[in-house]
Amino acid sequence: MKISILDFIYILSAFSFVFGIKLLGKPSTARRGNLIAAAGMTASILGTIFLNESVLPKNYPWIFGALILGTIVGTLMAKRVQMTQMPQMVSFFNGMGGACAALISIVEYNHFLHHPESGDGARVVILLLGLIIGTVSFSGSMIAYGKLEEKIKDFHLPAQQVVNMVVLLAIIGLVVGMSMGYITHPGAIYLILGLSAIYGLLFVFPIGGADMPVVISLLNSFTGVATAFGGFLYDNKVMLFGGILVGSAGTLLTVMMCKAMNRSLTNVLLGNFGGGAAANGAAKSVTGSIKEVSASDAAVLMKYSKRVIVVPGYGLAVAQAQHVCHELETCLEAEGVEVKYAIHPVAGRMPGHMNILLAESNVDYDKLVEMESINPEFKMTDVVLVVGANDVVNPAAKTDPASPIYGMPILDVEDAANVIVMKRSMRSGYAGIENELFYSPKTRMLFGDAKKMMTELVNELKASA
Amino acid sequence: MESIFHFISINQLMIYLVVLMIFVGIELIEKVPSVLHTPLMSGANAIHGVIIIGSIIVMGQAENIFATILGFIAVCLGTLNVVGGFVVTDRMLEMFKKKK
Repeated sequence: MKISILDFIYILSAFSFVFGIKLLGKPSTARRGNLIAAAGMTASILGTIFLNESVLPKNYPWIFGALILGTIVGTLMAKRVQMTQMPQMVSFFNGMGGACAALISIVEYNHFLHHPESGDGARVVILLLGLIIGTVSFSGSMIAYGKLEEKIKDFHLPAQQVVNMVVLLAIIGLVVGMSMGYITHPGAIYLILGLSAIYGLLFVFPIGGADMPVVISLLNSFTGVATAFGGFLYDNKVMLFGGILVGSAGTLLTVMMCKAMNRSLTNVLLGNFGGGAAANGAAKSVTGSIKEVSASDAAVLMKYSKRVIVVPGYGLAVAQAQHVCHELETCLEAEGVEVKYAIHPVAGRMPGHMNILLAESNVDYDKLVEMESINPEFKMTDVVLVVGANDVVNPAAKTDPASPIYGMPILDVEDAANVIVMKRSMRSGYAGIENELFYSPKTRMLFGDAKKMMTELVNELKASA
Repeated sequence: MESIFHFISINQLMIYLVVLMIFVGIELIEKVPSVLHTPLMSGANAIHGVIIIGSIIVMGQAENIFATILGFIAVCLGTLNVVGGFVVTDRMLEMFKKKK
């Protein structure tokens, strides 16, 4: 009876995962989808604790202790993190899932060593695959986390591909040896653990920081696959179900993110971006002079415009300027100026980053226009205000085949009559390349922190109103 | 070789399930606007936290210190994945709510 109730709970949870992901695909239902999946998860956790016969009641204190500890720490971390740091937070939690999968495999393998009758070669393979993928996901996620926090720099080993191959072959060799029963040394599994961790590091190290969302999404699907192996291990359908669902959805999501940047996954994984750009510095160097503009002149220019488009980028996020940005929008609208936001799919450090930030400051959802729809509108625009964005407005993506971002779709801000670029300095963007736009005769630079300059613009507008 | 076929035949249903789920996963994501890519990634991240069930089983049947300690850590990390994942996703999605 207990077991059949548990099976029923598992079926409901599995359903909640599919339905949750389905709802997550639409802005209006996304939040409900997340809650439904969370409810399903809670039910299957409690069900496992109380209804699964292999869970001994004497271990309840440990289980609840761990659950409570994890819940408190997890909630605090998730609540405290700033919106700009969301991608690394996701990466961190993903790594935790990977590590969890790896630990399960270690315990189960030790159990197998003491009771060889409890499994066969196939079970060992599954267990080891869970360990390997989980560990790669863990160490990779931690590097991705470090890179987004800007604590770790890009790093290329000489003959990186060869080293990767050697590590991978060593891992495969160990798996074969252990599953065939040739290797029974209890230390072998830790060797695999170590090698997998190294592989994860090598895998993420050379990839440029701007590509981290893609990597995180890929590692996310890795953890999904590790979870699925856990499902095979315990013959647990809901684990298998959830794992494979995330594995396949995550893989497709990764490919879609690459498409939004017009690059192939291989191109991202080989680290051809940041590192490659530095190497082929032969890409057209930009010459010319830049023109600065003062906040008051910029304010006047916008005040007497008909249409203004704001192009937000990572600089807006870093400066936490989203609220004052909304204020600027309100001030301009009071003067009868039409204001819209042009959202590039990869502006910021993650897709949808700008939408989330601006929505946080109550910017009307309809004013956030996606790239394809807004590009034709630049021609009819008087002023484009670029706030801390760089690569997504770099014309080199269209004109310079030697540029590392060549082929990436960009916002055609040059089509507008005037461009004001708000930036802290002339430093290049994440791709590490110069931007011709800054030298265009139409462009004026407004140097300074986005929040500070925005506030000045707002004050100027208010003073002159 | 034999053991592989043996494995496939005793796990037939699971394998059918895997194949079907791959298609369901792809089907579900296919038409999602890029705005939602990050929350979706984060939501999927929370869902693979279902690995916690495995860690609860490990913890629940732990008989020695080794399994108890590793199991305890595993449940902690799994909980971090689940709770953190869902809370972060919810925080992102909070921003999308319709304004009056």
